[in-house]
Amino acid sequence: MIGLSHFLILAAVLFAISVAGIFLNRKNIIIILMSIELMLLAVNINFVAFSHFLQNLDGQIFVFFILTVAAAESAIGLAILVCLFRNLRSINVDDVGQLRG
Amino acid sequence: MVSFYSQFQLILPEIFLLTAVSAILVIDLFLPAAKRMATYWLTQGALLVTAVLVFLVTSTSAGSVVVFDGLVVIDELSGLLKILICILLSVGISYSRDYLAHRDIFKGEYFSLALFAALGMLVMVSANHLLTLYLGLELLSLSLYALVAFNRDSKDSSEAAIKYFVLGAIASGMLLYGMSMIYGSTGQLNIEQIVNAISAGNADMDLLRFGLVFVVVGVGFKLGAVPFHMWVPDVYQGAPTSVTLIIGSAPKLAAFAFVVRLLFETLGAATLQLDWSPMLAILAAASLILGNLVAIAQTNLKRMLAYSTISHMGFLVLGFMTGTQQGVSAALFYVVTYALMVVAGFGLMLLLSKRGFESDRLEDFRGLSRTHPWFAFLFLLIMFSMAGIPPMVGFWAKLFILQSIIEQGFVGLALLAVVFSLIGAFYYLRVIKLMYFDEPSASTVAEQRTGSLVMSVNGLLLLALGLAPSWLYSLCEEVIKSSVRLF
Repeated sequence: MIGLSHFLILAAVLFAISVAGIFLNRKNIIIILMSIELMLLAVNINFVAFSHFLQNLDGQIFVFFILTVAAAESAIGLAILVCLFRNLRSINVDDVGQLRG
Repeated sequence: MVSFYSQFQLILPEIFLLTAVSAILVIDLFLPAAKRMATYWLTQGALLVTAVLVFLVTSTSAGSVVVFDGLVVIDELSGLLKILICILLSVGISYSRDYLAHRDIFKGEYFSLALFAALGMLVMVSANHLLTLYLGLELLSLSLYALVAFNRDSKDSSEAAIKYFVLGAIASGMLLYGMSMIYGSTGQLNIEQIVNAISAGNADMDLLRFGLVFVVVGVGFKLGAVPFHMWVPDVYQGAPTSVTLIIGSAPKLAAFAFVVRLLFETLGAATLQLDWSPMLAILAAASLILGNLVAIAQTNLKRMLAYSTISHMGFLVLGFMTGTQQGVSAALFYVVTYALMVVAGFGLMLLLSKRGFESDRLEDFRGLSRTHPWFAFLFLLIMFSMAGIPPMVGFWAKLFILQSIIEQGFVGLALLAVVFSLIGAFYYLRVIKLMYFDEPSASTVAEQRTGSLVMSVNGLLLLALGLAPSWLYSLCEEVIKSSVRLF
């Protein structure tokens, strides 16, 4: 029988993978955007699992909003990325480091 | 109980602002470039009408009113913060008019995005539900990401925008993960019902504490407290100065409301407070130390002010850490006066800039007192105020915070705060030394800039509030007492 804790562990593992993807990734900014998306989906699993096991619909409604905001967020993220690419001719993480001090 | 239709009256300011932004967005499409000023005046009008509506709504509703099934709360705290947010944004936009025109970014979208950010802040400030809190925060953040990247041809702007975006998204993710844990532990998303579940003993406290850690991390990111400060210097330096002004001022008020709603109203129960208070103490101490020390090494004024922001956020978090009414009142006083200083400081940089010249390096201010005596004097007031030198208002803000933490017995932290404020005074005073005791150099702003009446009022207000701080402080105390349900 799959219980609540299985879902929570799955979400926690996905969340950890996404955080690792953001901080360990030294290559491509698009991978960072994918990791951010994964992070929000991990949270969604949490909400849906809790919602199901608590017999309370609020959590699933929250998930709809998170999905919508995530779509808007990735739209803006990609737009900024296009802007960055036009200026730098690169989307390599190591090339983004002009501002320091 | 509020009737169905009068619920809408209570959120009239938000409805008006949303309608106004949409209208401005469309009207701007049909305006020829030469008539772009109309968009500017419509924006200012929308902000001022919203402020007036907020005042009318708050003054007619009695005490805290919760509407829309507990999604929104209208209380004195939300009223005060909303009015200040609208005014600060309006003043900030008035400073940036020439700056934007000189950089060819005087466009309708800029004003629409700024107004959407304002709407996000209003929603956040009035939130009584984790969902409204999250939606307001995202509306604010998404508008700010776009604003930072607004100067599309600038390498620095797009770099700052991508950094802000990535770290802001991580913060939202952390916050949401924390919120999902709070939901899982209590089964509720409404702040009052979460509190009821906790006090009735229906909450799984271990799960709640686990969520609390993530919430504190998210809050730390949004405030820019060490060790979650990495985005602050880059964004402040890379963004166009007019956007830095917006990021540095009004959103800090919204962040204040955010912390109050989440940590105090939701997770304020005594046992939980024992958990988050030490976490905030660490954030505050680290911010004070790192912010003040690293600011000394900066040559770029925007970057220096970014590190100074980090140290100011340290002071703010000290006020939250106490968890008392006095501490929160002091924090409210601090954040209001700090936002005023930031608007004045970046506003002055905006007024001194010109086409192809940012006036954001320290050497640009060398000998400013010879070329622009009045601006130099105003900047002196701002720097004194940020350093916390009496009789400026910044002194009282720091004093009230220190009082509140000493009364709770945190003498060591108070000592640390004082010592690092003293170290911090060095870099503020260095700017004054450059302006008054150095000869103007080639890069000093030479040609005469037209003074701004708003700027003078803003600068002198820092002095006036410093001479008579008691009314503002008692206002803050009263607002906190009537609005925040402390435990």
